[in-house]
Amino acid sequence: MAAAAELSLLEKSLGLSKGNKYSAQGERQIPVLQTNNGPSLTGLTTIAAHLVKQANKEYLLGSTAEEKAIVQQWLEYRVTQVDGHSSKNDIRTLLKDLNSYLEDKVYLTGYNFTLADILLYYGLHRFIVDLTVQEKEKYLNVSRWFCHIQHYPGIRQHLSSVVFIKNRLYTNSH
Amino acid sequence: MRLFVSEGVPGCLPVLAAAGRARGRAEVLISTVGPEDCVVPFLTRPKVPVLQLDSGNYLFSTSAICRYFFLLSGWEQDDLTNQWLEWEATELQPALSAALYYLVVQGKKGEDVLGSVRRALTHIDHSLSRQNCPFLAGETESLADIVLWGALYPLLQDPAYLPEELSALHSWFQTLSTQEPCQRAAETVLKQQGVLALRPYLQKQPQPSPTEGRAVTNEPEEEELATLSEEEIAMAVTAWEKGLESLPPLRPQQNPVYSRLRQWNTLYLCGTDEYGTATETKALEEGLTPQEICDKYHIIHADIYRWFNISFDIFGRTTTPQQTKITQDIFQQLLKRGFVWQDTVEQLRCEHCARFLADRFVEGMCPFCGYEEARGDQCDKCGKLINAVELKKPQCKVCRSCPVVQSTQHLFLDLPKLEKRLEEWLGRTLPGSDWTPNAQFITRSWLRDGLKPRCITRDLKWGTPVPLEGFEDKVFYVWFDATIGYLSITANYTDQWERWWKNPEQVDLYQFMAKDNVPFHSLVFPCSALGAEDNYTLVSHLIATEYLNYEDGKFSKSRGVGVFGDMAQDTGIPADIWRFYLLYIRPEGQDSAFSWTDLLLKNNSELLNNLGNFINRAGMFVSKFFGGYVPEMVLTPDDQRLLAHVTLELQHYHQLLEKVRIRDALRSILTISRHGNQYIQVNEPWKRIKGSEADRQRAGTVTGLAVNIAALLSVMLQPYMPTVSATIQAQLQLPPPACSILLTNFLCTLPAGHQIGTVSPLFQKLENDQIESLRQRFGGGQLEETFDLKAKTSLKPAVVETVTTARPQQIQALMDEVTKQGNFVRELKAQKADKNEVAAEVAKLLDLKKQLAVAEGKPPEAPKGKKKK
Repeated sequence: MAAAAELSLLEKSLGLSKGNKYSAQGERQIPVLQTNNGPSLTGLTTIAAHLVKQANKEYLLGSTAEEKAIVQQWLEYRVTQVDGHSSKNDIRTLLKDLNSYLEDKVYLTGYNFTLADILLYYGLHRFIVDLTVQEKEKYLNVSRWFCHIQHYPGIRQHLSSVVFIKNRLYTNSH
Repeated sequence: MRLFVSEGVPGCLPVLAAAGRARGRAEVLISTVGPEDCVVPFLTRPKVPVLQLDSGNYLFSTSAICRYFFLLSGWEQDDLTNQWLEWEATELQPALSAALYYLVVQGKKGEDVLGSVRRALTHIDHSLSRQNCPFLAGETESLADIVLWGALYPLLQDPAYLPEELSALHSWFQTLSTQEPCQRAAETVLKQQGVLALRPYLQKQPQPSPTEGRAVTNEPEEEELATLSEEEIAMAVTAWEKGLESLPPLRPQQNPVYSRLRQWNTLYLCGTDEYGTATETKALEEGLTPQEICDKYHIIHADIYRWFNISFDIFGRTTTPQQTKITQDIFQQLLKRGFVWQDTVEQLRCEHCARFLADRFVEGMCPFCGYEEARGDQCDKCGKLINAVELKKPQCKVCRSCPVVQSTQHLFLDLPKLEKRLEEWLGRTLPGSDWTPNAQFITRSWLRDGLKPRCITRDLKWGTPVPLEGFEDKVFYVWFDATIGYLSITANYTDQWERWWKNPEQVDLYQFMAKDNVPFHSLVFPCSALGAEDNYTLVSHLIATEYLNYEDGKFSKSRGVGVFGDMAQDTGIPADIWRFYLLYIRPEGQDSAFSWTDLLLKNNSELLNNLGNFINRAGMFVSKFFGGYVPEMVLTPDDQRLLAHVTLELQHYHQLLEKVRIRDALRSILTISRHGNQYIQVNEPWKRIKGSEADRQRAGTVTGLAVNIAALLSVMLQPYMPTVSATIQAQLQLPPPACSILLTNFLCTLPAGHQIGTVSPLFQKLENDQIESLRQRFGGGQLEETFDLKAKTSLKPAVVETVTTARPQQIQALMDEVTKQGNFVRELKAQKADKNEVAAEVAKLLDLKKQLAVAEGKPPEAPKGKKKK
């Protein structure tokens, strides 16, 4: 998904009515937003955080210092790790790490839904769509989290809904 | 919480430097682990530094750890910092890791190392110098600085990898590196081994992929082409083919203002505000009557605007009967509705001149420091504000007799009572408007402090008379009636003035000013107009600029430093070049500075080599290869893409100008001509014209497309450089409707078979010696400037004076030598001369500066630049 398309999805999920126009910069097609006042903003997570503030939903950036830092950490993870590498091996490691991180968590910050969940969901979508049933079961915590986020009101929009099977089929993998 | 760090791991630098921020808010235990230790249980690969929080959570991102420390200290995150941190993670880090890998693991040197990071370093340097702030996010050091410093330190601590020409980066880096927390972090992590301390860590890292390591050219602002969709290309082609047909009929009277290019009904006005004390004082000084003074200066001002080709519909003045009529009417309405009240004020009165004295007409002894010549409002010596009645031994400035304190009546505008209406209006107006951030900020801060009643009368003769009994000797305060000038000037232009000024539903009012004038336009006038309840048109978009500085200091009329409006025409530089450069550096968003060297550079690079070169080549090809007739164009997919790119940039130009981003929109013009130059360069029509039939056809298409781009540029240039625009249009014989209407699409306005006129160069090269002599003529040698400021801020001006007057010739001679040597060094650097040679000349320069400092009796400046490690 192109960054501009992703930001448009985010705008809608935040309930922002006027659609911004984004240009893209460089070979990595980094999104650029021309704001009304002040300089333009460059970068997916930078613009995303800006939109959240514009929608007066600051709580999506975290409420405490700790939460704020964690949200930004996963946003950075999204643009450096999820977008950065896409060899099969890298993705396997990424899903494995994320799976063990989410072992005891509902959302990335723990108990609160944040921008980090939204952008990681958008970023992982293209990989999760391609997972086999067995792999989805292997990364059980990621699957649980992903399924939860895709059902979160207003987030998924036109993206395809990924099917997760409720019953375990490959019990011996555990 | 526990912070895990490791020697020789670069990420530990910023983290340790930032850890101090959390001191007093949380206890940070620092543990040293090996670089390969797996501290975070859920990560497969080793990661240091890591912060284990008391909640059990882990922060494993260097930036996130630093951010957390800053958040603990009460800092709030902002867009700019986020942007820097995202850039650091996605752009800088890959480039830096590659550079460090080449340097430390592969033992490469010089450009092989620097090549991969040069673009990133240049980006930082440009951002720093463009915003003119010592730090990345403003005036003070913040999160972005620490994170970037930490990332860059291992490489840049070796002077070989801190390019000399990136001077802003240079001084930023030096400032941070000398701070104590940073120094300590550097010592802990690098153990005084320099970059080699990172060797064990870097050896474990994967070899950088070739894309990350690619040598990037040193083009500072190379625009990358945006990717286009098929749709965008198709739309651009359709629009292009319609050509002249799509232009609407022309409205009469076209002038170079953007809104007129859009065929919006526009009234463009300005004027001189002529009443007030300043005029009376000046009149006394020059021995003229106030009216004569105003007539004289109004003509001077009008001439300046005319010379600059500013196309006001009317350039009016406030000393007209219309002004009196409208001001008095607004006043009567305010009085009737109870927004004006009278109060008694104690004031000095000169019996001899038979009038009350405005502050500027009194002098006396400062009640605080005893200075003899304190003014009625402020003491020049101790700087304290003075209430004129408190002056000891007051004197009337006109007749030197001693005034007496008497009570007198004044009128006050009840701003507190109007504040609520004003806030309601602002609440309706501001959202979605294009008020500049500084205008909004200034307005809000005045409102936050609460509006105070404002005295609107003065004891002067030169002003709008107050239509009230007992106020025959008084006039309205200039700031009550100056902003009403816009209305009265319109009334002098057309008797239909109320259709502009009492028509808020249909009129969009844009006001342009420097930021110091904001309160009168955003608060005082709107309050008067709202209180008068007469459906006045209020400002919809208040556009305020920041300040423009001169070279490295301020413009100063009294010290003769700087170029002022009336002098620009004596420089021999055409008005359009001035317009171009001043808009190119227009202080939008932040202060900017006028620089002679930069003016020369921008003229020679942007105007001459980019814009002028492109337009001239396009026209020359038509005359030389095609006998002056635009050739047939057969568009290939490549050409269609170019159409779409130009269209995109044109739309960008429109978006920016609709938002009054004048400076940025100028960049779009230059970008299009850069596209054009590349297009010509790649397709080489001068070679193809000699080739096969197909080649000749190709040459025709390229030439035709290029000359159409030139035609488009001529229209886009109109608001910026009207004379140049007209010259291009005459050279290309652009058909009349296409000359002065700009649509949002790029059209073929010069169809095949169109005959163009004679093409000639548009711009002239500015030469170094020409600019150097201008610089000397208008002052602003950096040394004089700092010296002057020193003298001014010194608390003991008398001392400085004695020193300087003792040996003025000697000092002047030294100054000249320093300037000469400075220029010589700059030249050497510009020519990329041998390093040793430059160093020797720099040493001479420093020595001269030291001698000068001694002669001036100042402590010698600390040497700037590189510190030897």
